[in-house]
Amino acid sequence: MIKIKPELAQIKLSAWRSILLLSLLVLGLVSLAGRAAYLQGMHHDFLQQKGELRYSRVIEMNADRGMITDRNGQILAISSPIASVYADPKVVKITPEQLKQLSGLLETSMAEIDDRIKRENSRFVYLKRQVVPDTAEKIMKLKIPGIFLSSESKRYYPESEFAAHVLGFTDINDEGQEGVERGWQDSLAGELGSRRVIKDNKGRIVEDIENIRTPKPGQDLVLSIDRRIQYRAHVELKDAVKINKAKAGSVVVLDAQTGEILALTNLPAYNPNRRSTINNERLRNRALIDTFEPGSTLKPFTVAIAMEVGKINADTLMQTSPGTLQVGRKTIRDVNNKGELTVAQVIQQSSNVGTAKIALSLESQTMWEMFNRSGFGMLTNSGFPGEASGILRPYNKWRTIEQATMSYGHGISTSLMQLARAYTIFASGGELKPISLLKQTMPVMGQRVISRHTALAMSRMLEMATKPGGTAPLAQISGYRVAGKTGTAHKLIDGQYANKRYISTFVGYAPASNPRLIIAVMIDEPSAGKYFGGAVAAPVFNKVMSGALRIMNIPPDAPANNVVTFTATPEMDEEG
Amino acid sequence: MFKLNIFFIFVVIACALGIVTSQHTARKLFMELENEKGIERKLEVEWGRLQLEQSTLIMHGRIEQIAKENLNMTAPAASSIQIVSISNAEDRLNPKGIEP
Repeated sequence: MIKIKPELAQIKLSAWRSILLLSLLVLGLVSLAGRAAYLQGMHHDFLQQKGELRYSRVIEMNADRGMITDRNGQILAISSPIASVYADPKVVKITPEQLKQLSGLLETSMAEIDDRIKRENSRFVYLKRQVVPDTAEKIMKLKIPGIFLSSESKRYYPESEFAAHVLGFTDINDEGQEGVERGWQDSLAGELGSRRVIKDNKGRIVEDIENIRTPKPGQDLVLSIDRRIQYRAHVELKDAVKINKAKAGSVVVLDAQTGEILALTNLPAYNPNRRSTINNERLRNRALIDTFEPGSTLKPFTVAIAMEVGKINADTLMQTSPGTLQVGRKTIRDVNNKGELTVAQVIQQSSNVGTAKIALSLESQTMWEMFNRSGFGMLTNSGFPGEASGILRPYNKWRTIEQATMSYGHGISTSLMQLARAYTIFASGGELKPISLLKQTMPVMGQRVISRHTALAMSRMLEMATKPGGTAPLAQISGYRVAGKTGTAHKLIDGQYANKRYISTFVGYAPASNPRLIIAVMIDEPSAGKYFGGAVAAPVFNKVMSGALRIMNIPPDAPANNVVTFTATPEMDEEG
Repeated sequence: MFKLNIFFIFVVIACALGIVTSQHTARKLFMELENEKGIERKLEVEWGRLQLEQSTLIMHGRIEQIAKENLNMTAPAASSIQIVSISNAEDRLNPKGIEP
């Protein structure tokens, strides 16, 4: 044991040294405490945020675009996820071998990929958008640093070209470009959401911090379209356009009781799944955005208003001989001299002279009001983008000759949809029904245009037109009573009537005893010889209508000896 | 007094450990939830794909083609359709007109 020498313990140190040391220590402690308080107190939020940045991430949450279905819930358009491949050129490290594989999978040339991943100043470049999931998986298996997938969604249209003009399509960023996709973009499109989460070192989400924005999925849309009728209409139209060597054509099918659009199709059409098939000609939704002079299909409106105001009735005799009528310096002609006709026969045989005579007995204002209330010159509010309103000039600008020609559909223009809608007046007993492209669950209220009595009388005349002696016997469907009117008009090109270029139309409905369906057909420039509406458009009406009546299970109202009657012959049972 | 302090120290430690464990369990459960949500999303995608497939398979054109070509079916002509009138059938089932 060493004993401490007592002399050592008694060394006297000057007091200031210990005081200095102590104060230095205290100063150090105080400054530490101060700094700590400063960081904790004043910079708390900033530091907390910085800390969170190390482990928290903001995640985008997808919101799918809504589905579009037909009235029976069958899918017409649906979004399905698909991957896009992108690269971060600053991070990409790729071997020539991998480049070759990647180029094979993406079906892009190696030079192009190489060019893209060498854009040094960019941190994001798409290598290919919308890659099928299988390929995307294979690309990920290559494990090339700096190449990633982003998930997007692609729109599919199972009906391809059959419903192209109704649905339209979306662009690569999921924005609706045409048709329903564009018209209802706001409700179909979902809103992206995002949330902040904590991720662990393996990239798994372990905690939710906050919901920045809740994603809103797009709403599903139920259209009034019936997929089966739509298909039938398109197929028959395609046939007719081909047979008649026509330039274009449209068919509109309406539910006569609700005004719902059951089918709407145009040719030429495109396949919305393949954007390369799209061009301006094919894109046109002719039934809604193209207007034409309706021709004779307008005659029933002139005659109906004349009956409504009491100028004529169905049996009033009209002299159409000699088949021409001089109005001012112009001459109105019939196809042939039809002699003396009743008003019903004027409609049945579609006499221009007869109709013009009836029109000239009317005030121009009365006629204008009829056309106006029938919806000519006014938008149908179907919700489609770019709809045309057609032209109905104000009555105080009409000259006599114009009033005469307008009575049979010249000097007035309309879209096929407007024409179809106007026929709801005769099909529904005098009411103009609002049309809609969305399925209606409530009964719709129409707007009364003419009395029920006049509408029924006109309906009987329109029925005569499809019977022997009328202009459209080809529209006749066995088992059903059909009413309708043909139209054949010269085409207006640059304000002049073009020679030998016609628009053939037919508008009709069935069953005439209780109309359920209205079909309007328009064939543009048939050039295979025939051009009368009764020969070109009526057969299309016939095929689409008979198909649609069967699809909708509508009982025949004119059965021809094929009704099984039990009361008369009970033995029928055994015979089957 | 000293004993009480010791006791409280143990209580505090126990509470702290409790928090750690419960946080851990919460995260584990949350991960499981995320996992399940992922599966849900995948199933939804699958459902969409199946709907699309079904929709393509039941295309009218396809059915018509198969019916015509493979099964030799035709749409019946109007003359070969027999219509059973409901009112007549009811009359026969209830010939004496007795109210049910």
